[in-house]
Parts: sequence; structure tokens; C-alpha cells
Amino acid sequence: MSTGPRREFLGGIKDGIPIALGYLSVSFGFGIMAVSNGLSIFAAVLISMTNLTSAGQVAGLTVIASNGGMIEMAVAQFVINLRYSLMSLSLSQKLDGKFTPLSRLAVSFGITDEIFAVASGRSGEVSKHYMAGLISLPWVGWALGTFLGAAAGEILPEKLKAALGIAIYGMFVAIFVPAARKAVGVLVVVVIAVTASCCLKYIPVFDFISDGFIIIICTVIAAALGALLFPVRQEKGGGEG
Amino acid sequence: MNTRLLLYIAVMAGVTYLVRMLPLMVFRRKIKSQFMQSFLYYVPYAVLGAMTIPAVFYATGNVISASVGLAAAFILTFFGRSLLIVALTASGAAFIAELIIGWIK
Repeated sequence: MSTGPRREFLGGIKDGIPIALGYLSVSFGFGIMAVSNGLSIFAAVLISMTNLTSAGQVAGLTVIASNGGMIEMAVAQFVINLRYSLMSLSLSQKLDGKFTPLSRLAVSFGITDEIFAVASGRSGEVSKHYMAGLISLPWVGWALGTFLGAAAGEILPEKLKAALGIAIYGMFVAIFVPAARKAVGVLVVVVIAVTASCCLKYIPVFDFISDGFIIIICTVIAAALGALLFPVRQEKGGGEG
Repeated sequence: MNTRLLLYIAVMAGVTYLVRMLPLMVFRRKIKSQFMQSFLYYVPYAVLGAMTIPAVFYATGNVISASVGLAAAFILTFFGRSLLIVALTASGAAFIAELIIGWIK
């Protein structure tokens, strides 16, 4: 089985297609939102091209629209995007030996929930060519969707727009369900994470916790319990594919 | 575009990038601790679980069509379909559900 750079890159491109399609619809909504908050199409697309994150960008729009302070902006971005630190940390263990500092700097720009999930789902280590391919189309999709949303507003019928919103969750299911069927540890971790996120979302006492923090808390609790109850052998680490 | 808006965008992009970049640059060596290895192995599944439920039920703006889409995703995943097929079928199923709900109303 030969895995040349070209083949790796194309493999990444292929795996990025569903992410790009999902991003196209999500960023479409962001584009509409940005323009309705008084931003130009250019500013909206610039935000998407430099940030590549949904929750952080929406929060950023809120700060801009309310003419908030720069510190407020920085703290909001830090808190909401803190989960990427966990993902980067996890991914740092999966990169193959050929990563240079420069390729690490480049790849870290493209770590999103979905790109991370797909990269983690690969068995064994990942190459920089695979990561470059995996990040390319979602980045284009994210910027293009923002442009279309900002420029054309409501070209899609409401129902179609709504239905596309679920595409990304379909991908998530396709990643964690097979893994949970194979390994009881993963199943337990997913069940704990889901239970915790429902509790934090619906129990009124926890109302003060933002959605970004809910993800962080659930992740730490579920992954730590999983590590205590079902430790993984060294050779097995890094996703089962 | 005015300077303040550019500054906002620079702060957004800068903080978001640092949060992603620092852990990837700092942890260059393989982690030896079995607990940390196991913890990081489980992180993606924990993140996905926490992000999917309950958020998926609000993804289409209608709990019923979202549930139909989610069910479709589960069924196709059980039959071993690829990410793209599962994602598109979930959207298709949710769209059909939206249409049916529209007719009933």
C-alpha cells in the first residue's frame, strides 16, 4: 500500500468534502447575520477566512455590533475557542514524524471541531499532506458560504436551508457511533458526555455556563472518567478508524 | 472598512489562532503517561457526543424534522455508510420531514 504525498493529499480532499458541504450551509447563515449587523460583504468574508470557527465568529459579531471592548472580544474568543486547545493537544500526538515547525504552524490554523474529528478518526498517524487536503475544501466552503450568504441573502428556500443545518451532526454520528460499537470505553465516554451536556443545558442552576464552556466541561469529565475506567494501551492510542 | 473593525477582526483571528497553535507547537514529544494518552484518545468522542446532543435537535429549527434526520443518520451509520452519504441522507430526511410537516399544517 503506497501512500505518496499526492495520494495523501487527495485522501484529505475527499474526506473534506462532507465538512465543506456542511460549512457551506452554516457559514451561509453567518454571512446573512454579518450583513444584517451592518458589516460589508468583504468584512464578513475576511472574518471567515481568518477565523474558521462558527461559535467564535457569532460571538465576535455580537461584540462588534454592541461596540464592545477589545479585551471583551479577546476573552470571548479565548473562552469559546478553548476547546481547540484540547483538540490541538490530542492531535499533536497523532502527527507523523515529518511535521516541520512551519507545517505545524500552518496545520494549527485549520483545527476545527469537524476537521479534528475526521483526523482523529483516521487509524495511525496523519501526514501533513493529508491535513493540507483535509483543511483546504472546508476553508473554501466556509469562505464561499459566507460570501453567498452575505451577497445573496435568501436564495435558498427556508426549508432547504434548515435541513442542511443537520448535515454536520450526521457526520458526527457517523464518526462516534461506529467507534462506540467497537470499544465499550468509547461508548461509556459518549454516554457520559451526552448526559453531562444535557444536564448543563437544561438544569436551570447551570444557566450561567455558556455553550462553549459546556463543551469544555463535558469533554474533560467524560474523557477523564474514560481514561480512569478504560485505560487505553499505548499501541491502540490515536483512534480506531 | 474602518480601523476599529479591522482591529476587532485582528483580535478575533489572533486569539483564535493562538489557542489552536500553542498546544500543537509546545507538545512536540509523544506523551508517555497512560492516563494522558487514554484521556486524549477519548477527547474527540467526548467532544462529539457533547456537541451533538442536545444541539442536533435544534439544528433544523424543528425538533421533529431534526429527530427524523438524526434517526436517518443512525440507521445509515449502522449499515456502514460513509460520512458524506450519512450527512446528505440526514439532510434529505430532515428536508422531507419538513415538507410533510408543512403539508399537515
